[in-house]
Amino acid sequence: MTTDATRDAGAPPFVTEGYKPPKATHKARVLPGFRLSLGITITYLSLIVLIPLAALLARPWEHGLDGVWQAISDPRVVASLRLTFGTAFAAAVVNLFAGLVVAWVLTRYEFPGKSLLDALVDLPFALPTAVAGVSLCSMYAANGWIGSLFAPLGIKIAYTPLGIFVALIFVGLPFIVRSVQPVLAEFDAEVEEAAQTLGASPMQTAIRVILPSLLPALLTGFSLAFARAVGEYGSVIFIAGNMPFVSEITPLLIVIKLEEFDYAGAAAVAVAMLALSFLSLLVINGIQLLLSKRGRA
Amino acid sequence: MKVRAPEAPKSFPAFVLLAFAVLWMALVILLPLVNVLAEAFKQGVAPYLSSIVQPDALSAIRLTLLVAAIAVPLNAVFGIAAAWCFTRFDFPLKGLLLSILDLPFTISPVISGIVWVLLFGAHGWFGAFLQANDIKIIYALPGLVIATILVTLPFVARELIPLMQDQGTDEEIAAVTLGASGWDVFFRVTLPNIKWALTYGVLLCTARAMGEFGAVSVVSGHIRGLTNTLPLHIEVLYNEYDSVGAFAAATLLAGLALVTLVLKSLLEWRFADELAAHRRH
Amino acid sequence: MSLVVKNITKCFSDFAALNDVSFQAEPGEFLALLGPSGSGKTTLLRLLAGLDQPDTGSVEFDGADYLKLSARDRRIGMVFQSYALFRHMTVAQNIAFGLNVRPAKERPSKAEIAATVQRLLKLIQLEDLGKRYPSQLSGGQRQRVALARALAISPRMLLLDEPFGALDALVRKDLRRWLRKIHDETGVTTIFVTHDQEEALDLADRVVVLKDGQIEQIGKPLELYRHPQSAFVFEFLGTSNEVPATVSDGVASFDGFTAPAVSPKALSGAQTVRFRPFDAQLSPTGPGFEAKVLSLLPAGSSLRLELQTPDGKVFETQHAHESEASDLKLGDTVFVRPSKVYVF
Ligand SMILES: Nc1ncnc2c1ncn2[C@@H]1O[C@H](COP(=O)(O)OP(=O)(O)OP(=O)(O)O)[C@@H](O)[C@H]1O
Ligand SMILES: [Mg+2]
Repeated sequence: MTTDATRDAGAPPFVTEGYKPPKATHKARVLPGFRLSLGITITYLSLIVLIPLAALLARPWEHGLDGVWQAISDPRVVASLRLTFGTAFAAAVVNLFAGLVVAWVLTRYEFPGKSLLDALVDLPFALPTAVAGVSLCSMYAANGWIGSLFAPLGIKIAYTPLGIFVALIFVGLPFIVRSVQPVLAEFDAEVEEAAQTLGASPMQTAIRVILPSLLPALLTGFSLAFARAVGEYGSVIFIAGNMPFVSEITPLLIVIKLEEFDYAGAAAVAVAMLALSFLSLLVINGIQLLLSKRGRA
Repeated sequence: MKVRAPEAPKSFPAFVLLAFAVLWMALVILLPLVNVLAEAFKQGVAPYLSSIVQPDALSAIRLTLLVAAIAVPLNAVFGIAAAWCFTRFDFPLKGLLLSILDLPFTISPVISGIVWVLLFGAHGWFGAFLQANDIKIIYALPGLVIATILVTLPFVARELIPLMQDQGTDEEIAAVTLGASGWDVFFRVTLPNIKWALTYGVLLCTARAMGEFGAVSVVSGHIRGLTNTLPLHIEVLYNEYDSVGAFAAATLLAGLALVTLVLKSLLEWRFADELAAHRRH
Repeated sequence: MSLVVKNITKCFSDFAALNDVSFQAEPGEFLALLGPSGSGKTTLLRLLAGLDQPDTGSVEFDGADYLKLSARDRRIGMVFQSYALFRHMTVAQNIAFGLNVRPAKERPSKAEIAATVQRLLKLIQLEDLGKRYPSQLSGGQRQRVALARALAISPRMLLLDEPFGALDALVRKDLRRWLRKIHDETGVTTIFVTHDQEEALDLADRVVVLKDGQIEQIGKPLELYRHPQSAFVFEFLGTSNEVPATVSDGVASFDGFTAPAVSPKALSGAQTVRFRPFDAQLSPTGPGFEAKVLSLLPAGSSLRLELQTPDGKVFETQHAHESEASDLKLGDTVFVRPSKVYVF
C-alpha cells in the first residue's frame, strides 16, 4: 500500500473512506442482478407477508395472556376448532384412498376419456371456492340432486358437519392425486418385475412393493390437503349451516369476531388456528422424516 | 430405469379400480360443475341473461378484472425476481425466505384477509392515521388488491423456481462470457427458456385472483356495485335466495375455470418439458 | 508475454483446490491442462474466464490485470464441457449471439454479422445446418457449434473444458485434428483441459500437468515423455512397471545385468526404478526377473503381455509382433530384463 509521503499532492486518495477491497467470495457472482432481485424479493415478502403476519401475531396480547386464553378457551371457539380440524382430518383420510385410486388408474391404465379425467382432477383447484360452495350446497340440500336421495332416509347433509366433510373432500382430492401421480408414473418397472419373478402376485406387489415407496408422496399430499381443508372458507361456508357449537368452522368464527370489532379475539383465534395447523404439519413432516430414514437404512 | 407404460385394464380388480375412479370423479368433482349450469338455466335462458347484465353483476365483473389486472402483473414481476435470486445465487437464510414464500399457500384465506384489517381497519395499526388523512384501504379497491396479492403471491415464483433450478446456469454463464449484459442475459437467454412456465404461472395466478373469495370477503365490506367482486356477488345473491342470479354469475367463474383447465392442459401437453418438473399447487 | 498466471491459490471452505499455481502462455500457443479428476483443472479454467475469483495470486494478459475485469469484459472464448448452447436459438443465432449483444456502437452491421456466421459455419463444416436447433444436432456437431460461438467474438484467448469428454473415441480423434487445424488457422491462444494424456500429448504445444491443485511439470510433449520430473508424471503418461535396483552414475544394477537409468536428480543407492512396457526384453533364460505369462494380447501394432512373478507382482510389457515374444504361450516361464529405467 502506498503511504501518504509517496503520493502526488493532486492525486485522488488511493483509499477512499469506507472502501473495502473486493473480497473474493467462494462463489463469485458471475450472473448479474443479485442485489436487485434479492431486494425486490425481500421488500415484497416483507410488505405483503411478514409485516401483515406480524400485525396478526402482535394483536391478541392487548388484553394480556388472560385475554388470549379467554378468547381461545371459549367453548364456542373450542367447538369450532374441533369441528374444523376433525372434518379436515376425516376428509383428508378419505381423499388419501380415493386420490390413490384415481392416481393409480391415471398412471396404470389406458382407457378412452383418460385425458379428460386427468384434466378434471384439477377442477377443484381451478373452480373458485364460492362457485363450488353454492353448487355443493344446492346439490346436497334436501331438495338437491343428492340431498333428495338421502332425505327420505332421514340423513341431512347440507347445513350439518357432514356437509362440511363433503365439501372438504371436493377441495382436497387434487392434492393427493397430484402428489402421488408423478412418483407412481416414475416407479421403476424393473423393481416391480423383480417382485413378480420372486413369486409375488400383482396384489402383493402393489401392497408390499409399490405402496411403501408411495408413502412419502401420500403423506405430502395428505398434509397439503389437510392444511388446505383447515383454512378452507368459500366452499364450506354455504353448506356448513354455521350453527354455533355444531357446524360453525373456525375461519367463519374469526370473521364474525372481526365484524363485531373484536380484533384481539379474532387475532387470538386466528393465531391459535395457525399454531394448531403448523403443529399438525410438523407432526406429519416428522412422520415423513422417520419414513425416509427407514428407507435409507 | 424402465418405466411402465399404461395399458388397457385386463384383470377384474383393474376394472373395479377404474370404475371406482370414474364414478368418484363424476360424482364428487364433475357433478358440482354440471349442477352450476343446471341451476343457472333452471328457469330458461332469459332469466339467466337478464341476471348477467344487471348493473351490479356488470360492476362486479369489472371490479374482478381490475383487481386481477393489478395483482397479477405485480406478482409476476415479483415471481421472476424471486426465482432469479433463489435459483441463481446462494445466500444466508435462503431456506427461511423460501418457506416465507410458501406461507400464503398454507394459511387460511380468511387470515390473508384479516391481517389487512388488523393493519388498515378502523381499529388497526394505521387505522387512525388513514382515517385522519381520509385514505380508504379496507372496504375499498386497495384492500381487495392487497388481499388478492397476498393470496396469489407464490404462484408464479413457485412455477419458475423448480424449472430454473433444473435448467441450471450454463447457458447464462456462456452468454456472460460472450459479452452479454445483465438485461441481455435475462431477455435473450433466460426469458425464452422460461416463457411457457411463466405463462403457466400467470394463468394459475389469474384464475385464482379472479376466483378468490375468503380473503376479499373479509376486506370488501360487500358494498353492492362498489366493492363486490364476482365471487362476492355470488354470495350476496345466494344469501338473498336469488338462486338463478347467483348461479348465472357462477357460470362465468366456472367458465373461467374451464378455460383455465383447457389452457393448462394445452400447455402441459405441448410444453411439458418446459414447465416445472412437478405439478404441485 | 501473452498470459501470465502467478501464484494462484483457490480454496473451497478449507480445501485448497489450487495451490500456488504459476505458468505462462505465449501468444498463439496451444496449451493443455492435464490432470486426474479433481486435480483442479476446471477450477483453474473458471478463474481464467472470470467465472470465479482466486483467493490470492494474479492473472495478467498482455500486461493488463485480468482479475479486475468481469467475465463479460475479458472477451475470452469459453467452450463449456456441456456445450451450454442456447436451446431456443438456431445454430446461426447461437453463433451470432456474442456479436448481437455488443453495445450498439461496437456492434457490427447485420450484414457483417451474417457474413461472420457464414464464415464460421464454413470453418466448422456445418454450412447447411445454420437453421437447425441444438437439439437436432449430434454431440460432435454441437461441440463444433460451441467452438464457433466462442470464436465469433474474436476472443483474445480460447478456453476449452474437456471439449471432447462426451464424445466417442472415433469422433474425438477426428475433432482433435480439426481443433488443431482451426487453432493453426486462427492463431488464437488456446488452453484446453483434458484428463486424457494421449489427447494432451498429441495436440498441445506444451502441457501443464496438475496434481491435487499443484503443478507437477510443464513442458513440451516429448520433453514430458522423455524427462518426466516425478513418479506421478511418469505414471500418468503411460503404463509403468516397478522393480528394485541399485543406482549409481546413471546406471541401474540388477541381479546379473544393468540398464541405463534416467533421473531428474542425481540419485544413488537402493531405489525403486520404473520402466515402460516397451523398454523390456524377454528371454527364456536368466538373468532377469522370472515371470509366468498371464495373458497375451494383440494391442494394435504390437503385442502386449502380462507377466506374473512368483511373488505375485504383475508386469506389463510390449513387443513387436515379429519378435520372439510372439512364440510364447500362456503359462510359459520367461525372464524380464528392463532395457531402460527411470528413477525419481
Ligand atoms: N464449488 C466448489 N465447492 C467446493 N469444492 C469444489 C468446488 N468446485 C470444485 N471443488 C473441488 O475442487 C477440486 C478440483 O475440482 P475441479 O472441478 O477443478 O476438478 P477437475 O480437475 O476439473 O476434475 P474433472 O476432471 O473431474 O473435471 C475437487 O476436489 C472439487 O471437489
Ligand atoms: Mg472438470
